[in-house]
Amino acid sequence: MTGKVAQTQTSAPNLLTRLLRAREVSLVALLLFVTLGTAAINPLFLSFTSLKDLFLNVSIIALVVVGQTIVLLMKHVDLSVSSVVGLSAFLTGSLFVAFPGLPVPLALLFGLGLGAVLGSVNGLLVAYGKVPALVATLGTLYVFRGIDYAVVHGGQINASNLPPSFLGFATGNILGVPNLVLLVIVVMLGFGIYLGSYRGGREYYAVGSNSEAAVLAGISVTRRTLTGFALSGAIAGLAGVLYLARYGTVDANAGSGLELQVIAAAVVGGVSINGGVGSLLGAGLGALLLGVMSSALVTLRAPGFYQQAIQGALLLAAISVDMLVSRRSAKQNAKGRTS
Amino acid sequence: MKWRNLLGWEVTLIVLVFAALFSGALLSPAFLTASNLTFLTANFSEVALIALSMTLIIIVAEIDLSVASTLGLSSAVLGALFAAGWPIPLAIVAALAVGALAGLFNGLLITRLGLPSLAVTIGTLALYRGLAYVVLGDKAIADFPAFYTNLGFGTLPGTPIPIPIALFFVLAVITVVVLHATAFGRSLYAIGANPVAARFAGLRVERVKLSLFVLSGLMSALAGVVYTFRFASARADNAVGLELGVIAAVLLGGVSIFGGKGSVVGAVAAVFLIGIINGALTLVDVSNEVLTVVTGLLLIGSVLVPNLLGHFRTYRERRRAKGDRVIQ
Repeated sequence: MTGKVAQTQTSAPNLLTRLLRAREVSLVALLLFVTLGTAAINPLFLSFTSLKDLFLNVSIIALVVVGQTIVLLMKHVDLSVSSVVGLSAFLTGSLFVAFPGLPVPLALLFGLGLGAVLGSVNGLLVAYGKVPALVATLGTLYVFRGIDYAVVHGGQINASNLPPSFLGFATGNILGVPNLVLLVIVVMLGFGIYLGSYRGGREYYAVGSNSEAAVLAGISVTRRTLTGFALSGAIAGLAGVLYLARYGTVDANAGSGLELQVIAAAVVGGVSINGGVGSLLGAGLGALLLGVMSSALVTLRAPGFYQQAIQGALLLAAISVDMLVSRRSAKQNAKGRTS
Repeated sequence: MKWRNLLGWEVTLIVLVFAALFSGALLSPAFLTASNLTFLTANFSEVALIALSMTLIIIVAEIDLSVASTLGLSSAVLGALFAAGWPIPLAIVAALAVGALAGLFNGLLITRLGLPSLAVTIGTLALYRGLAYVVLGDKAIADFPAFYTNLGFGTLPGTPIPIPIALFFVLAVITVVVLHATAFGRSLYAIGANPVAARFAGLRVERVKLSLFVLSGLMSALAGVVYTFRFASARADNAVGLELGVIAAVLLGGVSIFGGKGSVVGAVAAVFLIGIINGALTLVDVSNEVLTVVTGLLLIGSVLVPNLLGHFRTYRERRRAKGDRVIQ
């Protein structure tokens, strides 16, 4: 009897970790398949410059996915990220116009702070105003973008307005790896460890799996929700600064439409829209997979018009497979419990 | 009690619509002219059409983000078939059929595989827009006969009512009757409030949801046909991003994102409110920026204000109860 209890106790986490691993293993396998398959047809796909471009293109989406994942884990959603990216990109640009000598770290801090403030607005609305996240962030998607329009007022920030040190920051590299990519990897690793192994991080999973149980377990759900949205905003604000550094040119529409790509990447990466399930590694791989797919289609000279359709189909395939896998594992779990 | 609250919100919206009309008239003498009102209402006919089916879908606690892409796809199909020499009525039927199929595909993935509608329709948002480009590329088909483009931006003979809005009103009345006066319509609330209980009560939850997604595809395609004729242009990128505007209007109309609550009257009033405010502010040269902010604030406020009022009321009641105890 005791043996059996011990057994189920040890086998349950094993099954869970095995499943999680399987999810990421299958993503990596798919990534390798697409990459090597494309490279077999056009070896240029694996050239250094092409890979560097690929990672640079993916990195901003991958960064925003980090914050979105935290919010999705809590069974909420943040649709306003695209507007936060746009506003942060433009205001940072204006800051450089006003103070050309602004050091790069200060610009990054400014983006972080601005994003945190905007994210806190979402957090307050959801946590304390009890406005459903979809409604609140759809509303702030409009409000933040409207503020962006008002600030930009038909203007534009061009690369010529920006100091070369800032523009060089995005493309500059350490040992061949672009700074932008390094920064995104650092943020991902940091939050990955936090979500995986720290009490505060685990609380996001608890809130999303069962918020009533989380309350009973002594977690302050409202505070956790507020922090989660503030983090999502801060990361999107940081992404805005990097967007500016990467592209140099920013107008009022910068970043618009990004929100759905970000959610798509998280979902492909196995982060559940129903909360409580998913990892940053998976979400990052999801972003990478979508990026690799689109650049593979370019490399293979697929007619441009097919690309979006293929990406949509891939996204549907990914969530369908995910659903079937998780349903099978749920069935197995149920079987284990009854026997 | 809940019903009365809801009615209250609809009445508020209708009052706001009239207030917006009145302020518009104060802002500019050109506002309350027939031609301006025609132009203004025609401007939101696609949003209005799709809002009808979106209301039903959100009442059953689902969502359809692919509506604007379905609009684009049906517009592209219409244009491509016309360019290939099909007679227009046949091309319209084909465009509507494509929309219904797109909705059916969404519905099957959601009801048969049990996938979340938010995830599925983000996927088909990309897929259908992509297919629209596959069908039409980046061409624009523009040389439709005047008879059909007149259906898009013309008015009913002798009135200032745009034809698409007249069509919308007919469909809105049908939707109101179906939703509020038939067993099918009432069952949507039961499904949205508690799908498990609804299933035990013998409702065919999956079949109802499937039919709503087909309807949503069909309405989006209809909006695609209207859009194509109104702008006299079939393009794959028609109405990009429209989905958020539709959802914003429906939610502002008092339909709960968690399902089970809301009415067509509220959604329709909200569509008109946003449309009229936009039209009035555009007329006095208030730019896009304010319109965007106003839409967002209205949306947040429509949920936040009642929540805060409710919170305040319970707080006051609790204080009063405490006071009573002290007196005893």
